[in-house]
Amino acid sequence: MTPDDPKDPAGQHETVPGTSPGASPQGGVVPDSRGEFTPVRTDTPVADPGLPAHQWRPTDVDPKLEKRAERQVAGMFVAAQVFVVLFVVSYFVFDIGGDGDAILGLGASTVTLGLCLGIALLLIGVGIIQWARKLMGDHEISEMRHPARSSDEDRTATLEALRVGTEESGIARRPLIRNTLLGSVGLLGVPAVVLLRDLGPTPGEVATEQPYEGAGLANTVWADGMRVVRDVIGTPIRAADLEIGDLVNATAAALYETNEEGELVLEGTERLIANSKAPVIVVRMEPDEIEDVDGRENWTVDGIIAYSKICTHVGCPISLYERTTHHVLCPCHQSTFDLADGANVVFGPAARALPQLALAVDDEGYLVAQSDFDEPVGPSFWERG
Amino acid sequence: MRLLNRTAGRLSRHRRRPVAGLLVLLLGLFATGTFYAAFAPAQAETTASDAAQVEEGRELFLIGCAFCHGTNGEGVLTESGTQYGPALAGVGAAAVDFQVGTGRMPLVQPGQQAPRKPVIYSQDEIDALGAFVASLGPGPAVPEESEYSVEGLSAEEQEEAVVRGGEIFRTNCTACHNFDGAGGAMPRGGYAPSLKGVEPKYIYEALLTGPQSMPTFSNGNLTPEDKADVIAYLQESEEQPTYGGFGLGSMGPVAEGLFAWVVGIGGLVGFAIWIAAHSTRSLKQKGTTE
Amino acid sequence: MKKNLRKVFPDHWSFMLGEIALWSFVVLLLTGVFLTLWYDPSMAETEYTGSYAPLRGIEMSQGMASTLHISFDVRGGLLMRQMHHWAAMLFIAAMMVHLLRVYFTGAFRKPRELNWVIGSLLLLLGTLEGFTGYSLPDDLLSGTGIRAADGFVKSIPVVGTYVSFFLFGGEFPGDSIIPRLYIIHVLLIPGILLGLIAAHMLLLVYHKHTQWPGPGRTEENVVGFPMLPVYAAKAGGFFFVVFGVTAIMGGLLTINPIWRYGPYDPTKVTAGSQPDWYMGWPDGALRIMPGIETELFGYTLSWNVLIPIIILPGLMFTILLMLPFIENWITGDKRDHHLLERPRDAPTRTALMVALMTFYGLMWAAGGNDIIAIRFDLSINQITYFMRAAVFIGPVIAFIIARRWCISLQRKDREDVLHGYETGIIMRSPEGGFSERHAPLPQESVYTLTSREDTKAYAALPATDANGVDAPNGRIDRVRAKLSQAWFAHDVAPATREELDEAHHHAEHAHELQGALDGRSADGHQYDGKHAVEGDHLRND
Repeated sequence: MTPDDPKDPAGQHETVPGTSPGASPQGGVVPDSRGEFTPVRTDTPVADPGLPAHQWRPTDVDPKLEKRAERQVAGMFVAAQVFVVLFVVSYFVFDIGGDGDAILGLGASTVTLGLCLGIALLLIGVGIIQWARKLMGDHEISEMRHPARSSDEDRTATLEALRVGTEESGIARRPLIRNTLLGSVGLLGVPAVVLLRDLGPTPGEVATEQPYEGAGLANTVWADGMRVVRDVIGTPIRAADLEIGDLVNATAAALYETNEEGELVLEGTERLIANSKAPVIVVRMEPDEIEDVDGRENWTVDGIIAYSKICTHVGCPISLYERTTHHVLCPCHQSTFDLADGANVVFGPAARALPQLALAVDDEGYLVAQSDFDEPVGPSFWERG
Repeated sequence: MRLLNRTAGRLSRHRRRPVAGLLVLLLGLFATGTFYAAFAPAQAETTASDAAQVEEGRELFLIGCAFCHGTNGEGVLTESGTQYGPALAGVGAAAVDFQVGTGRMPLVQPGQQAPRKPVIYSQDEIDALGAFVASLGPGPAVPEESEYSVEGLSAEEQEEAVVRGGEIFRTNCTACHNFDGAGGAMPRGGYAPSLKGVEPKYIYEALLTGPQSMPTFSNGNLTPEDKADVIAYLQESEEQPTYGGFGLGSMGPVAEGLFAWVVGIGGLVGFAIWIAAHSTRSLKQKGTTE
Repeated sequence: MKKNLRKVFPDHWSFMLGEIALWSFVVLLLTGVFLTLWYDPSMAETEYTGSYAPLRGIEMSQGMASTLHISFDVRGGLLMRQMHHWAAMLFIAAMMVHLLRVYFTGAFRKPRELNWVIGSLLLLLGTLEGFTGYSLPDDLLSGTGIRAADGFVKSIPVVGTYVSFFLFGGEFPGDSIIPRLYIIHVLLIPGILLGLIAAHMLLLVYHKHTQWPGPGRTEENVVGFPMLPVYAAKAGGFFFVVFGVTAIMGGLLTINPIWRYGPYDPTKVTAGSQPDWYMGWPDGALRIMPGIETELFGYTLSWNVLIPIIILPGLMFTILLMLPFIENWITGDKRDHHLLERPRDAPTRTALMVALMTFYGLMWAAGGNDIIAIRFDLSINQITYFMRAAVFIGPVIAFIIARRWCISLQRKDREDVLHGYETGIIMRSPEGGFSERHAPLPQESVYTLTSREDTKAYAALPATDANGVDAPNGRIDRVRAKLSQAWFAHDVAPATREELDEAHHHAEHAHELQGALDGRSADGHQYDGKHAVEGDHLRND
């Protein structure tokens, strides 16, 4: 059987439409899969002309074209094999890693592997589809649907069976049993939820037990006299060294405290947690540019002012500082705070000002905190008050 | 930080030497001191040429800058009291070198942002302008190459500088300039410009002087070595191949989403249309050509 | 089985959109398994010692370090990572495009509502799967995403902080979130996805595919290519095409270059911090929401987070899920449908989805407001103010335009059926008047355009029954009837047989007036695809 042979294998319950083109104009009939005749909707304004006659493809009628299409498809499959080989070659030829090979400034290994694999797969895919389009039998066939809905007798019988079953179980007559059953099955959801209880401690437990320094939503590692240090670098900041317009991304000295062996005191998860609440932005502006906030008159040092770096919206770190306007922008959702005016929100979805860290200088002239923040840092939560 | 020894050539091609920088600085200081102490006539000569340069700068300033910054760089206020052009006393020659050297000044028109444009002054003219502005008040001078270069360090130290610079960069710079230095949006139409292809000198000057709305990173804030490390990291990331193929502008997930829809879904829907499209048909009936 | 091998699938490009999603899911499974061979879902801190020098010596989580290992020290690892990420983006995008096709063509109608529900769940789960995967590398971008998610969770009234502490195993970030997300990402959600995809496909086979109306295509049959060989070849070939396109994208287009982002550190952030595209629209809602927070008896309610990220997505998903049932209830149409409707033939349905798409699109754009601002020289603030109004006004305008557009297209169809299509040939009558010659549509097209039924609005039951007793649910019923009327208002009915006869008669009259061209075809239009070519010839043949 040649690939273009459209004839159906014997025994298939299908019809090849178009074999009788121009079905009768008055309520055309289409033979169905069981060989019966189902009348087609006749109330349409125009009678159904039936499926159009099958039209042959050039490859069906011209053996030369057929041969060519065959070679075309086979060519694609061969080319795919070539690219698979190239894939293997480039796997072994190109170095990877930080100093791997590059082609046109792109990573050689990734690009060649991707291209070879991709092109090989595309050639196989396109080849198969082209085979189907040009050479496989392309007669549309028609198949009858079975109604998704059962016949009426079936439905009545089923409903009756259900009714009898329900009746015999007595579920309707014995509400006590029914309701207690529902109650007990429903209550099974409770163990499922309770089992999840030990996923973590509650906020209250963490806050009261203080398993590590600054534990709990309302606390951080900041404490009276703790130096403000440059984030990542870890060096303390001398107040006199900062110039007007400076922005320091800073954090608490506790994060860079080391023991005698030079190892960090705060490590692992505790360090991550401390690190996620402690960061501050320290800026210096003209002292008279700072609007006074009641009760915070002594929280700045010579125009040096520090605010929590954690956005009060959903907690992104925020340090896109505009020196001229003293506005700081959050890159996640664009909340904008005015650092000269108590870090109040001037734009965007945040609702609360950034918490301010009270600053002072120690004997050596380095910036230190006067205390922990006087409110929780980061996003709002229910118990925040 | 523990570092592995590496001999790969790519990393060290553009390394610069801060130690040498320090050396040059010391030499410069020494030389200056010597000039002052020993060679009085030479001193007079230098002052004379300095004065000439300041005078040349003043003339250029009066033509090109005074309209906004005032004839003595005192700044001009608008009627509503906002700054038209800021006062320039104390901004230093470094600010002038950055602003004029990158074409940001003179401005075409006042606005939220001074964009980078083709430079219209020669380097000599820029130096003269810088000398004039520096004479208005003490400010940061134009840095020597040795200050912002890590060349001269050992390969291992250079590698360490890149790692450290990356950490400092991600802490202080990426928030505005994006993880790849591709730039980002700022409030009210402003933007942090792209850092790609910017000369190390200008990056150093920008850190030092805080152009437009950028905060300053004075030497008391980030030490010169810190700044040199950041520059080393930026140089290194520009030299790296983009390992994963084309970078899509390094704009993050928005650009990636755009490509997924346009190239990915667009391409695949195109394929779907081709797969379902009817192939060409013939007028002939089967068997007629045989 | 034998019968299923020759099962018929209708051929249309829009029927293959769901296949893109299916095949990208297969690509996801294959590449995902590859990644698990090296990925270490641990938040334990380690010092990176791999081959990417600029990060060497930096403390990072095992998760990040192993992802860097895959990217730089496993050959083809970066390719697989990028393919996995691209395939994920394509998977969800293809599901959405497929969903739009199903909706716009009315394929969700009875008996396929259940499959619509399954499909919607697949979209939801796919999105969750994407988000959990986005978080695994533990680079700066994904960490920022997790931190924001912590903020979202904390905004939930009463239990917010508890959920957050249970999720993270204590305070953010803790050391549990990555391993927990990992098992959800590689086992829980893929398992459910697989099950639902199987159910989706089984229902498709059981219902048989819908088809476009046309000659020989009825509600009772399905016309197309048999599963074997043609459809299997086309679908199988398409798998390779999807795989290939993903591979080329993975090889050529960088996605999430974690080595540039660096490891997650809660003190660091990058400009352009965005979620992947499918989370872009709620992120946009977060961005344009005004900062409203209420304090109630000492407790805080963060509307600015709660509304856009917790309530709105839930609401939108419920609307999506309910669409078939809403339409079904309004129109009162309880019959099975296997023939598709063109979008224009259901103007209100089409306009409803266009309005939802507009809402989605505007939110989406708002989610990229910073990128839009720098790329188009605009101000973030102005874009945000604009979007705050546009998300409400835009969908209304889009609804009205889309609806009128559909109705106009219906009118055009009717016009073509009754008076023929415009041939572009201008004729001059003996009196000197000019007119354009219309040629009749071929019979097949006329049949296709007129065979759709004239839809009728649901009529309210009488308010009182024969005995004067108020009908139960009388008020709701009247609302329903009103809605139904609005739903079908201004729909253009297809031409009836009488109208066709009338028009035909009229046309014959017109032809008499244009006698000069009688019996001659309009030159060239033999080949415009609307007429059979055979037997036709050009006039000067």
